[in-house]
Amino acid sequence: MENSFIHWLSQPELTHYLMLGALLFCIGFTLVLTRKNVIMVLMGIELILNSANLNFIAFSRYSVVTLDGHLTALFLIILAAAEAAVALAIVLNIYNRFKTIDIDEISLLKG
Amino acid sequence: MELTAILFYVFSMITLGSAIYMVFCKNIVHAAFALMFTLLGVAALYVLLFADFLAATQVLVYVGGILILILFGVMLTTQGFTSNLKALTSNLLPVSALMTLVAAGMVFVFYTSTWPAGAMEEPSGTITGLGMLLLHEYMLPFQMTGVLLLIAIIGALLMATRIKHQN
Repeated sequence: MENSFIHWLSQPELTHYLMLGALLFCIGFTLVLTRKNVIMVLMGIELILNSANLNFIAFSRYSVVTLDGHLTALFLIILAAAEAAVALAIVLNIYNRFKTIDIDEISLLKG
Repeated sequence: MELTAILFYVFSMITLGSAIYMVFCKNIVHAAFALMFTLLGVAALYVLLFADFLAATQVLVYVGGILILILFGVMLTTQGFTSNLKALTSNLLPVSALMTLVAAGMVFVFYTSTWPAGAMEEPSGTITGLGMLLLHEYMLPFQMTGVLLLIAIIGALLMATRIKHQN
């Protein structure tokens, strides 16, 4: 048991990358849930997208021969760039209107 | 232990360590720089997975583009110096307990399940294959991504310039 575990540890394969992606996802989700600053929430979303990318590329390397996973990851990176640009424009508008980016204080729609 | 395994653990430590630092640090600029180290660590892991083009794209787009955008956002939305750079947290304890549970569950599932073992040969460069795929099978998504980027640029420009008119 001990020996096989050390052998498993010493050879990084698909499982290792999947676990790393899962941990990265959990850290990103913690950032999204706990932070009050909108920009920190955006950083957490970037972490989540990165963990998804890591999973796509790990599966593309270890279980199928084609490059489709790489292409999906590429499209995800482009989507993340577009999302960051639009989200930061929205954040600037929010700041211009409310003079704060604390998401607890932006509650105009709350009845 | 092979060199690949050592490199994998070093880069995962960099990635996860700076990501955890982002959760606990108070200064938002420090968090942005920790995000840079996380993204660079992920790019190094892409290199370990033989995704050379994606590693270069990750460094160019994320570290060179999105991180700069985020830093600009930090600078444009803080009045004065350092006074508002503190980023407060709420519910840190229950959320991190919940997320630890979720992470433990996922790691357990990944460890106990068996995955189909596939191609183990090492590919030699992915750029040619990616280009062929992009211009043949994925032609429509490629064009639609261009349209999406155009829409995003126009939308961001419209929203950002409206701020100046109000001022």
